[in-house]
Amino acid sequence: MAAKRSAAAARVDPPEVQRTVRAPAAATATRAAGLDRLVHDRTRLAIVTALSVNASLSFTELKGITQTTDGNLSVHARKLEEAGYVLCTKGFEGRLPKTEFSLTDAGRRAFKKYLDHMEAIIQHARGKK
Amino acid sequence: MSNVPPNRTGVALNERAIESLEFIRTTMARSAPFTAVSGAGGIAMGVLALVAAAFARSSSSNEQWLTVWVACAAVAVPVGFVLMRAKARRHDLTLWSAAGRRFAQGFVPAIAAGAVLTFALVRAGAVDLVPAVWLLLYGAGVLAGSSSSVPVLAWLGALFMVLGSVSLFTPSEWRDLWLASGFGVLQIAFGAYIARNHGG
Repeated sequence: MAAKRSAAAARVDPPEVQRTVRAPAAATATRAAGLDRLVHDRTRLAIVTALSVNASLSFTELKGITQTTDGNLSVHARKLEEAGYVLCTKGFEGRLPKTEFSLTDAGRRAFKKYLDHMEAIIQHARGKK
Repeated sequence: MSNVPPNRTGVALNERAIESLEFIRTTMARSAPFTAVSGAGGIAMGVLALVAAAFARSSSSNEQWLTVWVACAAVAVPVGFVLMRAKARRHDLTLWSAAGRRFAQGFVPAIAAGAVLTFALVRAGAVDLVPAVWLLLYGAGVLAGSSSSVPVLAWLGALFMVLGSVSLFTPSEWRDLWLASGFGVLQIAFGAYIARNHGG
């Protein structure tokens, strides 16, 4: 049993070690590049991207697109809402509550700026080669 | 300031930028609705269905009746497809995007089932049931496809299914009325709505 536990630990350890090494490097790189960290996070980037090609999306639709949990989606959507990037409208469809999200002008500008930033980084790296 | 060597930061940034753009591309493909459904195509198919209904009404046998409607479908499907492709080109969309494939995955199985059931019903001599099967399965296909396309298509699909269900309880002489109402009137009305509100 103990052997099984240590074997399992051995299987788990390397990615964890990798994460602790890579996470600060990634954060440093993000800071160094001056990226909008609100948009850069994968879940939030998925939300903003999906809303950029849809006039509005319901909570359920966004959950399907971002493939995340209710709680996680709520937290990230709230951060974007607080930043003024996303507009959240709560209402009812019949008797069922329905939450709709749409991208604000500020959100659209931030997304465009993020895209331009990514392209500039790639162009810069190509120029160096 | 940083514990990452400058050259490694540059490489990491470049890789992450490529990853991010790829992530954005796939997310867009996954979430963009299939908007190439052509309103003009719906109107054209609707007009063809009304013409077919007028001809089918005066047919003297079930075989003749069936021939008229199958001929109508044989003309309407390519017309609808060509107009859909024209709309896609006009809006710089691709028909085989992820959303387009999802739409086809919802729509095509129901239509294929309709074709197989038509064959089986005609062989079994139950031609009277064919209009209901066409309306129900076309409606089911449109309803399934609507989840990845223009939302109003869900109403079109549902109304087709209502017409198909009701037609089961009416005399067989009414069959052209039901088909004209669904494939004719409904398609023209929804086609006009899509053309006006969803870019043609």
